[in-house]
Amino acid sequence: MTATLQRASAGPTTRRRRAELRRLPAWAVAAAAVAAAVWVAFLADGTPAGAAVTDPGNFVVTLLDAVTFAGLLFVAASGFTLIFGLMRTVNMAHGSLFLLAAYVAIRVQEAMVGRSRNIDASDVGLLDWVVPMLVGATVAAVLGLVIQQVFLQWNEGQELRQALITLAITVVLADQMLREFGGLAGRMVWPGAVTHFFTIMGERYALTRVFMLGVAVLVGVLLWLWLNKTSLGMVIRAGVDDRQMVRGLGINIKRVFAVTFFVGSFLAGLGGVLGASFAGVAPGTDGDWLLNALVVVIIGGLGSIKGAVAGSLLYGTVVAFAPAYLPSQYSFYAIIVTFALLAMVLAVRPYGLFGRPA
Amino acid sequence: MNQTGEPLLDVRGLCAGYGASMVLEKLDFSMGVEAVAIVGRNGMGKTTLCDTLVGFLPSSDGQISLRGRRVDGLAPERIARMGIAYVPQGRRLFPSLTVDEHLAMLARGTRNKRWTPEAVYELFPRLAERKRHSGGNLSGGEQQMLAVGRALLLNADLIVMDEPSEGLAPTIVDVLVDAVHHLVDEGVAVLVVEQNLRAAVRMAHRQLVMVSGAIEAQFAGDELLTRPDLQRRYLGVGTAKEEIQ
Repeated sequence: MTATLQRASAGPTTRRRRAELRRLPAWAVAAAAVAAAVWVAFLADGTPAGAAVTDPGNFVVTLLDAVTFAGLLFVAASGFTLIFGLMRTVNMAHGSLFLLAAYVAIRVQEAMVGRSRNIDASDVGLLDWVVPMLVGATVAAVLGLVIQQVFLQWNEGQELRQALITLAITVVLADQMLREFGGLAGRMVWPGAVTHFFTIMGERYALTRVFMLGVAVLVGVLLWLWLNKTSLGMVIRAGVDDRQMVRGLGINIKRVFAVTFFVGSFLAGLGGVLGASFAGVAPGTDGDWLLNALVVVIIGGLGSIKGAVAGSLLYGTVVAFAPAYLPSQYSFYAIIVTFALLAMVLAVRPYGLFGRPA
Repeated sequence: MNQTGEPLLDVRGLCAGYGASMVLEKLDFSMGVEAVAIVGRNGMGKTTLCDTLVGFLPSSDGQISLRGRRVDGLAPERIARMGIAYVPQGRRLFPSLTVDEHLAMLARGTRNKRWTPEAVYELFPRLAERKRHSGGNLSGGEQQMLAVGRALLLNADLIVMDEPSEGLAPTIVDVLVDAVHHLVDEGVAVLVVEQNLRAAVRMAHRQLVMVSGAIEAQFAGDELLTRPDLQRRYLGVGTAKEEIQ
């Protein structure tokens, strides 16, 4: 009803004025994107990577860095956006589930390989990586479900309170994980079968990163099939649009919420295991990845899976290209480009690329 | 009334509102397997009544019974499964879903029942041509057909429709009127809330007039349509003028 009222009150004049306000920054952003592309292609001499036309190898490597990292970002952020989209819960514990799954998977891998330190990739079969991943992600999923059932369900609709509860859980989990897993960095070891380099445009590149992208694409495809081809997936998408109407059609939304939280937490766990294999994890990684997930969904639009793909690609591109193509003495400031990206996206589309007002 | 004499829907002393402001005040009515229209001016509580019947809005007093079983106080999903389906004002389709997905998401519960997605396409062939369109890209009439079709998949005893003719071309209203008659013939009761008096009279033989949150009068056939004095009294002069032409 409120939506109708808002639509009714936003007359044609308001709508037109809003559109005009938007158009100008859209051009500015397009110009900025073109300028960045021209810079990277022709002008970027004296940067670590060099202009793309003179040094295509570095360009391809940077591009691969961008899309492979985007794959990891997508897996980590998709669960966050799925949960928010349906339940409007900002799950601040997403990073904790990411880290917990990583620690559990590392433990399981150590047990399977039979060594606890300096595991060599050649000792790790594909199963020694896949089974720990599934175990770790399942632990995260079960814990996520418990959090939802015990703490969030009875605060349904109170978004701020839910965010604060999950924030509190993050603090508790961080301490408990420090106690259980210690303060040292841990690392998952990629399966030996994918741990080597291949040559592209004269540059050596790690196959593990491409493997990570492959896993991310597989996760994305499965998620897409689930949301688009199953009736439960359709119910979830319908619930993102209008929860009350879904209930009015006789659907038990509480069960749908539980499944969604389980899957969203499972995705956080998958991201954690990929992240632990890619760069290792340590206390504090939980916060870093909560932040990464937030950046992705703010760019892409909270609640949109398509947005998570777009946000991951954009964020991954900036993370990979900024240090490589800023003049050498400014590489240290690459992080600022991320904020510039956020500011530009929000200036043009305040709800993110694919987001809609709640 | 049905054969046993027990009404399908029985509403007694129903009170509901938003916060401190009461919108429904001791509202009574009952209906059998028939089409009943509720008419009244804007702001008389018609939509509030619909929302309360389907559990979107909690009632503060009184009772609602469907086939003798209390449904007030239950969650919307339970009420829907007990047999009250809702076609809300503004249709409230899901913009992210295609026409086919609107029906497919409810298909699981419809096996061996009267209303399946196929049966809905049979009733509204135009929807079948738009299967892959998104819910947001349909004409007003198609949207209304989809909203009705979606409600039918619950295979409910009673369908509550809030302003179904709103914004529809007269030919589409005809389709809707036919559909309502068809449903009643098949044993589905329809409670329709309408501003459009002509459409209300055509859909339902019995019309209840709602004034300030209660049922004030009851009419049958087209008496209300032919009596400007009654229209002035219950529906306000402006409405009457519009409806008479």
